[in-house]
Amino acid sequence: MTDSQPAIRLTGLTKEFGAVTAVDHVDLEIAAGEFFSMLGPSGSGKTTVLRLIAGFEQPTGGTIELFGEDVTKRAPFDRDVNTVFQDYALFPHMSVLDNVAYGLRVRGIGKKERTERARRALASVRLEQMGDRKPSQLSGGQRQRVALARATVVEPKVLLLDEPLGALDLKLREQMQVELKQIQRDLGITFIFVTHDQEEALTLSDRVAVFNDGRIEQLGTPAELYERPGSRFVAGFVGTSNLFDDERSRALLGRSGEHSVRPEKLVVTAEPETGDGVRSAPGTVVEVIYLGSGIRTVIDLDAGARVTVLAQNDRRGLAAGDRGDRVHVSWHDADVVSLAPAASSSEADAAASVA
Amino acid sequence: MTSASVESRPHRSAARAGSAFLTTHPRTRLALLLAAPLFWLVVVYIVALALLLVTAFWSVDSFTGEITTEFTLDNIITVVTGSLYQTVTVRTVGVALAVTIIDVLLALPIAYFMAKVASPRMQRVLVILVLTPLWASYLVKAYAWRSVLSQDGILEWLLAPFGGHTPGYGLPATIITLSYLWLPYVILPIYAGLERVPDSLLEASGDLGGKSWSTLRLVVFPLILPAIIAGTIFSFSLSLGDYITVNIVGGANQMLGNLVYTNVGAANNLPLASAIALIPIVIIFGYLFLVRRTGALDNL
Repeated sequence: MTDSQPAIRLTGLTKEFGAVTAVDHVDLEIAAGEFFSMLGPSGSGKTTVLRLIAGFEQPTGGTIELFGEDVTKRAPFDRDVNTVFQDYALFPHMSVLDNVAYGLRVRGIGKKERTERARRALASVRLEQMGDRKPSQLSGGQRQRVALARATVVEPKVLLLDEPLGALDLKLREQMQVELKQIQRDLGITFIFVTHDQEEALTLSDRVAVFNDGRIEQLGTPAELYERPGSRFVAGFVGTSNLFDDERSRALLGRSGEHSVRPEKLVVTAEPETGDGVRSAPGTVVEVIYLGSGIRTVIDLDAGARVTVLAQNDRRGLAAGDRGDRVHVSWHDADVVSLAPAASSSEADAAASVA
Repeated sequence: MTSASVESRPHRSAARAGSAFLTTHPRTRLALLLAAPLFWLVVVYIVALALLLVTAFWSVDSFTGEITTEFTLDNIITVVTGSLYQTVTVRTVGVALAVTIIDVLLALPIAYFMAKVASPRMQRVLVILVLTPLWASYLVKAYAWRSVLSQDGILEWLLAPFGGHTPGYGLPATIITLSYLWLPYVILPIYAGLERVPDSLLEASGDLGGKSWSTLRLVVFPLILPAIIAGTIFSFSLSLGDYITVNIVGGANQMLGNLVYTNVGAANNLPLASAIALIPIVIIFGYLFLVRRTGALDNL
């Protein structure tokens, strides 16, 4: 019965802090078992939406449903959702085991059973040996996993994660991304993941909502967001893009309106390339940046646009030019994405399907 | 070029030479920094305390009134076995404990409101309001309470319609007045302790199913216990040593401080006064010894 309901349904959700509208009429449905990310720059309202779902803030307007049940007015302890906090929020005076058992303790579960269940939860994050330690004796990655065990031991229907990997260094973060995905698959519960890191959102999620100014700018699978960004904001925030305004689009692409092309869809050659649907434009190399796995070339096109080209360091090797070289940049018409003006995503979708 | 600019500004070069000397001589730097406070601490504080301790083992010649600097345990024995001193010690500790309990019970909700409920602006206003009474003279505040508690005072006027009466002058009045006087010293450490508890811990407790009472008992209280104890050290030790408030609102009751005062003044028996003064010192050291493991001493 509950399976037919979405795990979370937000209807007209609004939150104002004084004169500032942090969340502006957000409508959203998140399916059961989904790994869902809310992506956006700081101040875009993504964390506020998470805190509204958790119950730490009361919305100014709109409703929050959890598996079809209206929980808008309920206190955090009455909602079947749990949170992994950005600073982990582990209780510093309790041992790791007591931290994990806390949710069971306040629910009145006996000492024997809660210790048993807390031990199992710690084992699931590979920390069974650490139960007697204090949180301060653990590394960042270990604390992160304790926070995860503490939030999942009470078997929530939805797990909320507020930038949980933000404090970790790059290597550990990549490792934790893989673990998070595995844990989510094992538990089979809905994860709602807040991040400002677009790469993290693309890597982990089934679907991503891109937030800007308290609204959802675009909602879709990682591939949809990356391949068909609906607005200038999404094109710039999710990955990097070469943006062409109306005038340059007419000159270079032969179309009107704003367009974007991903750097890896452009090719640098000495001679102009031709073919079905392939266009090219001459330009001058202004910067060559070696990245190891690839090379990034910045080129000023004679038509007046500056573009970035990303070439892979693959089997064919690198054809690195030098600054000042005269080259040709070419692309396929199918890789040109038409952008609608920001904040009207329905038009953007229509425009994208036409292109 | 550098040497030319140094020559043209001799003052600068002297100051520079001084700075350079201090930079390369860390011990001289430390000596200059600590000379004055160390002098104060050693001469004025530790020597005075040591003299007090030594004086307690001397005696007064009953004919001449001169102090005999011969070692004797008489004063200590008098103070430990005399029923007057035992009664007054129990009374003083009782008053100090009552004041401490009342202050903690009052300070907890006030400090919680200041640290976790009030807006940042309100928070600043409240801190100033808590500190304001400390700007007024101790004596003025004690006499104000004498007026409030008197038989025709404002408390009597307020309580009379409900069949209540002012406690009048006595130990209850002493406890009320001391509680008022030391309350800021208890609020401030508890407020600081609560400030250091991140809001996310309270949210995490609620998120995991903890209702307000569980959160207070299992998360907030254990974390601020050292701060509470720090506050009690203030109210307890200040109450133990007080003798003015009990003079003003305490009626005929005496506390340890009064016994010290009469022995120094009227009785002219400094050795006995020193021995009495050792009682609160021993009690405070006992209390500090008991609470040192809670980490409260880091919160003072």
